[in-house]
Amino acid sequence: MTTPAELKYTKSHEWIKQEADGTVTVGITHHAQELLGDLVFVELPAIGRKLKQGEECAVVESVKAAADVFAPVTGEVVGANADLADAPEKINQDAYGAWMFKLKPADPNELGGLLDAAAYQAIADADAH
Amino acid sequence: MTASTLKTTPLNALHRELNARMVDFGGWDMPLHYGSQIEEHHAVRRAAGMFDVSHMLAIDVRGAGSREFLAYVLANNVHRLRDTGKALYSCLLNPAGGVLDDLIVYFFAEDWFRLVVNAGTAGKDCAWLMARRDERAPQLVITPRRDLAIIAVQGPQARAKVYAALPGTQAAGEQLVYFSAAHVGDLMLARTGYTGEDGFEIVLPAVEGVALWRRLHEQGVTPAGLGARDTLRLEAGMNLYGQDMDETTTPLETGLAWTVDLKAPRDFIGKRALQDAQATRHALGLVLLDKGVMRNHQKITTAHGDGEITSGGFGPTLERSLALARVPLAVRAGDEVQVAVRDKLLRARVVKPPFVRHGKVLIA
Repeated sequence: MTTPAELKYTKSHEWIKQEADGTVTVGITHHAQELLGDLVFVELPAIGRKLKQGEECAVVESVKAAADVFAPVTGEVVGANADLADAPEKINQDAYGAWMFKLKPADPNELGGLLDAAAYQAIADADAH
Repeated sequence: MTASTLKTTPLNALHRELNARMVDFGGWDMPLHYGSQIEEHHAVRRAAGMFDVSHMLAIDVRGAGSREFLAYVLANNVHRLRDTGKALYSCLLNPAGGVLDDLIVYFFAEDWFRLVVNAGTAGKDCAWLMARRDERAPQLVITPRRDLAIIAVQGPQARAKVYAALPGTQAAGEQLVYFSAAHVGDLMLARTGYTGEDGFEIVLPAVEGVALWRRLHEQGVTPAGLGARDTLRLEAGMNLYGQDMDETTTPLETGLAWTVDLKAPRDFIGKRALQDAQATRHALGLVLLDKGVMRNHQKITTAHGDGEITSGGFGPTLERSLALARVPLAVRAGDEVQVAVRDKLLRARVVKPPFVRHGKVLIA
């Protein structure tokens, strides 16, 4: 599985897509879902919640483990993917399609500090071995 | 711990060939899953799956007086084993009544019993058994059988698949009642398991393990890892040593009172302590009513005091979160309790395990 070049990433395994309207869409990476195994439960942040960069804001739970998802940038939650409540396995099937939530960034400069695909891939590769 | 210091079973290279995700399980390099642990779980409930459990240890106890020795050392009563091949589940207790391990003991002859014990406790068990042997029955020979592999084949189609893979086993296999074993050539066929499904555990020379696994695979048996093994045993309401019980818990506190007979005259290690014990907690099951997943060690609030989850997780057959828990004695099946799941208090209902048996959900 290649790491999509058009997305940004965090060390904590979130992917970030910059949308044309200035919002960002967030999910967890293919590598993250592989580490967790079959997902069985997803908890998403409430719309309107204001998050600080690095704040715990969502939970993904697999059969055996629970993991926090962190806000990649400071901002307000403007969308959450309700489909995942009944079908968390969509993240296993298509990690880059199954988005989790959308943020309206408070400070667009924070986006510049995120990882590019090559930098994230290096982290994932180091993890796997 | 690096991969090079982990212990490996005779099937290790085969798991890697099958692209298993390997994990350090108590010092053993074992398959967690081969792709999807949920699919492996369903394969066992609906058809047939197989597990490499060669990390568990078979220990042979041989010599005149084996029965008397085991009647003293094991908490369950081996005098109940009358028919050749019959098996019994038992705890191994310390004098304080704490659980050193849980195991299955097979009776093959008056001078030959076989124990199968957990991987993580195998060394401790051997040392304990040999020390007790030296004290009470020095004529006995106790042999750890690391020259054997163990493959568990479980599920409604498991027995038929084993017969197809090993045609010589059918006659003996059809005769086996649940919880008994027979030798067929150099392999031991046991109608036992840890999934709540029918099937066999096959104990055979280590060098033959890979060939048997391949033959079963050709018959369509799904390779399954420790992940599925854990969700299957949890749904079956079976304890996991080191998690649901250990040396600080007695069988009475962990749902295993049925394995100790305190009224019979037979003496055994730990009996006195159990007779004196005033259990204040017992083990029951929980099903989560709210959304989420219960996990090990989460705190439970009940009308009668606090309790703790000993094994929690998600049940793929149950399609919701379930747990084994230790709770105050006054808590009963049907009660509603609260579980501290991460930063929330979630509602759970107390039930009597098992949750699932032979593919069917038993709790409403």
